[in-house]
Order: sequence, then C-alpha cells, then structure tokens
Amino acid sequence: MKNKYYLKFTGKYLLRMVTLLIAVSIISFVLVSLSPVDPVQQYVGAVPNVSVEQRAKIAEYWGLNDPPVQRFLAWAGSVLHGDFGVSLLYRRPVLDIIVEKFGTSLALMMTAWIFSGVLGFAIGCVMGMFNGKWLDKILKKICLIMCSIPTFWIGIVFLMVFSVMLGWFPMGMSVPQGVPADEVTLLQRIHHLILPALTLSFLSFANVALHTREKLVDVLESDYVLFAKARGESSWSVLRRHGLRNILLPAVTMQFGSFSELFGGSVLAENVFSYPGLGAAASAAGMASDVPLLLGITLFSALFVFVGNMLANILYGIIDPQIREGYRNES
Amino acid sequence: MKEQPVLTVEDLSVSFHMYDTGLEQYDLKVISNLTLDVRPGEIVAIAGSSGSGKSLLAHAVMGLLPGNASTSGTIAYKGKVLSQKDKEKLRGKEFALVPQSVAYLDPLMTVGTQVTGKKPDQKLLQAQKEIFRRLHLKEGTEKLYPFQLSGGMARRILVSTAVLSDAQVILADEPTPGLDLQMALEALKIFRELADKGKAVVLITHDIDLAFHIADRIAVFYAGTTVEVADARDFLTGPQALRHPYSKALWEALPQNGFRPIAGFQPYAKYLPDGCLFGPRCPYKTRKCETTIPMAEVRGGYVRCIHAD
Repeated sequence: MKNKYYLKFTGKYLLRMVTLLIAVSIISFVLVSLSPVDPVQQYVGAVPNVSVEQRAKIAEYWGLNDPPVQRFLAWAGSVLHGDFGVSLLYRRPVLDIIVEKFGTSLALMMTAWIFSGVLGFAIGCVMGMFNGKWLDKILKKICLIMCSIPTFWIGIVFLMVFSVMLGWFPMGMSVPQGVPADEVTLLQRIHHLILPALTLSFLSFANVALHTREKLVDVLESDYVLFAKARGESSWSVLRRHGLRNILLPAVTMQFGSFSELFGGSVLAENVFSYPGLGAAASAAGMASDVPLLLGITLFSALFVFVGNMLANILYGIIDPQIREGYRNES
Repeated sequence: MKEQPVLTVEDLSVSFHMYDTGLEQYDLKVISNLTLDVRPGEIVAIAGSSGSGKSLLAHAVMGLLPGNASTSGTIAYKGKVLSQKDKEKLRGKEFALVPQSVAYLDPLMTVGTQVTGKKPDQKLLQAQKEIFRRLHLKEGTEKLYPFQLSGGMARRILVSTAVLSDAQVILADEPTPGLDLQMALEALKIFRELADKGKAVVLITHDIDLAFHIADRIAVFYAGTTVEVADARDFLTGPQALRHPYSKALWEALPQNGFRPIAGFQPYAKYLPDGCLFGPRCPYKTRKCETTIPMAEVRGGYVRCIHAD
C-alpha cells in the first residue's frame, strides 16, 4: 500500500518533469530561431575568406534550410541521445562543460543557500520573539534595506571593501592564479568562495528572515500558543515546541523556491567575481551567441529549479500532517 | 464555617488600548469592577451573554492578556495578591485552563503529545488512557492531529487536559457546546468530581440550565461586570429567589421558563452608560441608578442593584 503510494508519487513528478523539459526546450528553441544570431557566422567566426558558396554549403550541411519543426526534432533527438552538441566558445561537448561548471557553481550556490537559509531563519526567529522591541525594529530595517540592494552592486561593494581596501579576500576567480590545478588546497578554494557566496546569499537571506518573522508573530499570537502558555510552558519552550515547526513552511517555500533566484543571482555574482561557474558560462554563452551551450544551460537550469520546488513539496508533506494527508488523498 | 476562597478576584477592570481611525487612541474598558471568589471544592458557574467578559476573566487570571491590555484591581490566590510573574509561575501548576476550541491545539502536533507533554511517565499515560475512555474518545485518538478531530472530540480532549493537571483552580471556558446532552453531562460530571476532590472550578458556560444543576454558585455577568452571585439553588427556584433584574430576565429567557427575551441589547464596551450598566434596559431604573452601584449582600447572595431586597 505504502510502496504503491510512493510509486505513484514518483511517477507523477517524473511526468511533470518530462512535460516541463519538453515545454522549455520548445520555447527556448523557438526563441533562439527567432533571434538575429546567424549560426553560420558564429561558426565561421573571425576566420576570413569564407566565401558565400562555402557558407551556403555549411548551412545546407547543418540543415538550416529545413523547416523549423524538422530542425527541432533533429536537435531534440540528439539531446535525447545525450548529445547536446559542441560549444562554439569552448570547442568541447556542452554536457562536459555543464558538468564541470556546475560543480564549481554548486559549491558557491550551496554555501550561499545554506548560509542565507540558516541565518535568515535565525534572524527571523529573533525578530519574531522580540516583536515590536528595538532589536526587532533595527533588524527589520536592516532586512528591508538588504532586500532592496541588487546583487551585483553589493558584490562590487564587497570587492571594494574586503578585497581592495582591507585585502582580506582575493579579487576573483575560484583558485589562486599561477598555481597548478593539483596543488590548489581546499583552504584556498574556500578563501576564494567566501565573498561571492556572501554576495549571493544576500539575495534571499532578508526575504527568509522577514517571512519567518511575520509567521512567527502570527504563531505567537495564536490560540494554541496561548494554551501552551496556560499550561506553564516558558516562551523558550513555546518557540521550540510549537513555534519552529509551524513557521518552517514559509521558510521552506522561500528557501527552495529561491533556487531560480539563486541561479539568476549566480550569473551576476560570478561575473562580478570572475568566478568560473555555470552562471558565468551562461552569460558568456549569451554574449558570444554560443547557441548549443545556451540551450544546454537553459534546460539544465529548468531541471535545477524543478528539483528545488520538488524538494519543497516533499518537505511540506514531512512537516505538515495536513498536507501529507492531502497528498495521500490526491494519489 | 465555610472554607477560605482559593481564588479571589476583586474590583478587576480590564481595558484595551485601541487605535481609532487615524492616530486617535482610546481605552476600551471590557471588564469593569468585577468581583468573584471561588472556594476549594466548589464549582462557580459564570453565566452571561457573549461579550460580557467571561473568557477575558479567565485569561486575566492566568496572566494571558495581550500586550495592549491593562488591568486594575486584584487577583489573589490563597490570600496572596498575584503579580504577572506569579501568574506565570502558577499557570499549568496551580491554574489550569480548559479553552474553547480546536484552535487551541497545535495543528502540527499529535493530540497525545499535547495532552500529556513531551515525556509522559507510565502513570500519566495510564491516566490519559482512562480519561479518554471515559470521554468516549476511541483508542488511538492520541495519535491524531487536531485537523482530524471533530469539534466535540476537540472539546473533550481539552477537558481531559484539566483532569490530567494537578491544578487547584480550573478555569473551564465553555467546555460543553458541541457535545450531545449525554456527553455534556459526562463532561460536567467530571468537573463535579474534580471539585469534590477539593479543587476549585470556574465554569464559564452558555449551557446555564445544565450549570444550575452541577454548580454550587452562579455568577451572572453583564457587560463586563458581575451583577449577581447567588447559590445555584436560587436559580432552580425561580425569579422570586433571584436578586438582580438581569438575572431574573435571564431566567425567564430560558426555553423551559417561558422563552421571553427582554428588549434592548448589551451595551458595547465603548459606549457604557454611567452607573448601573443594566440601567438602560431595566424596568426599575431611577435617577439613583446613574451613580456607582456597589455589590451588596442580599438574602445570602451578592447583587449589584440598589433596588434588590
């Protein structure tokens, strides 16, 4: 019975994922086809003396004269076989690049994500507990200011203060310059990671804190907290036993829903810090009209955001028995 | 010789600081000069319409009023006037609250954990099983979440929390609505047993005819004050034994006593009349009723009316 339930659950998510990826690939393919980028020109690049006849031959060879549906099917067919094409920018298979860059980005994004989640939740709890007191007022103002600061700007400010003025952190990149790859220590990697991660975490940390605060204030004014107090529970016990669990839902929504912003933010943060991750690769691919890489990254980021939302949905069921029951009845 | 009261509420007033339109602020006095005492071993039922300050009294005694509330008057436990700190220490230990509805249960925690606490010992678990059985709560109810309960089940579970606590004073805020007659009687019987064991029970209720039978004394609330405190027998006898015109009207408004409502409505806390709060609806009203009316002893009961005899 239980196994069947999990099977249905998994099947439903797989179906959703497949339809999402199909939709994203169609839309991005259409957008790329409509863009003024000329693939032949991009391929030929700066090589001079390529005649019009040769260009026409390349176009013919690539099937650029075929109808769009046929071109899409050809592309989608090879994607299904795991062939995302070769990046024009890096002259390597797209999939290899995504895997490599994503590894670097993942360290950055996860550090920022955990940092903003933990700190945002903790600060939200503090604000909620001190609702209306000066500590709450100050923290709330700081959070509101941080909410309105754009990522790239705070990144530049961090660089100016911590790298240029104080010299605590390197200016950019993920590893020190002039050191062979196999001699780079973990400490050096972390040293390079801190500033970009801090910048990226600024994106959602204030959001999580403010949402957590609102929910905690609601919970603390609720009847069940009143009853918990009536039974002699201290405010600390109330927060631990009744507060945390009840405020977890909005925090989880914010935190896992922020996967898309995290990805978008990493594009900006990685550019500011010249951090060689997927975000930097995405913007480079866009700037250089590297269509295969761009499409690959688009599909991959859709998958990434999907996974984030799916994790949130699964966590809902674990946290809230009411939602769990809802899932049961649905399937 | 009667026992000394365990809980004494004297001259209690509660007002809320409110914001009006714009920046205007005012104090809304919802309880005024309320007086009540409860002795060990007795049930005092509080009767009165909605908005007469019944629940707020319970919250004030437990020290659970929100931040914008201010109180005057005294609340004393065993002769000692309580500060907010004292109340915080006493609640859960000496004072137990039986709240009104399922909203008072944490939606994400099983019922059992909430009734018995986090790490119950074997004795407590046994007691919980027993009281659940008595209240016709099926085995396994303790594993349910609040959203899986019916209103009646939730109320019975809330009643069980009072039984499981060692509190000396139990403030039950409408424990019976939503229960069928038999179940309501069972719940009230449980409160009677608690009182017979020497605990003091304050029973806030709308089911006043049930309360007449189970309680020792009845306190009648009107617009946030006590208008009469009398022996429950007086209410069974009828209006001639009662002292306050509002108590008489309440008695006559009961279905079995003629179902006759009186004209008018309870005044809103913002627009309280001077002097007797019942004045505007009272057939015996005179000029003297517009002054402050003290509580007076009449025929063994207490009444806030200058015309009572």
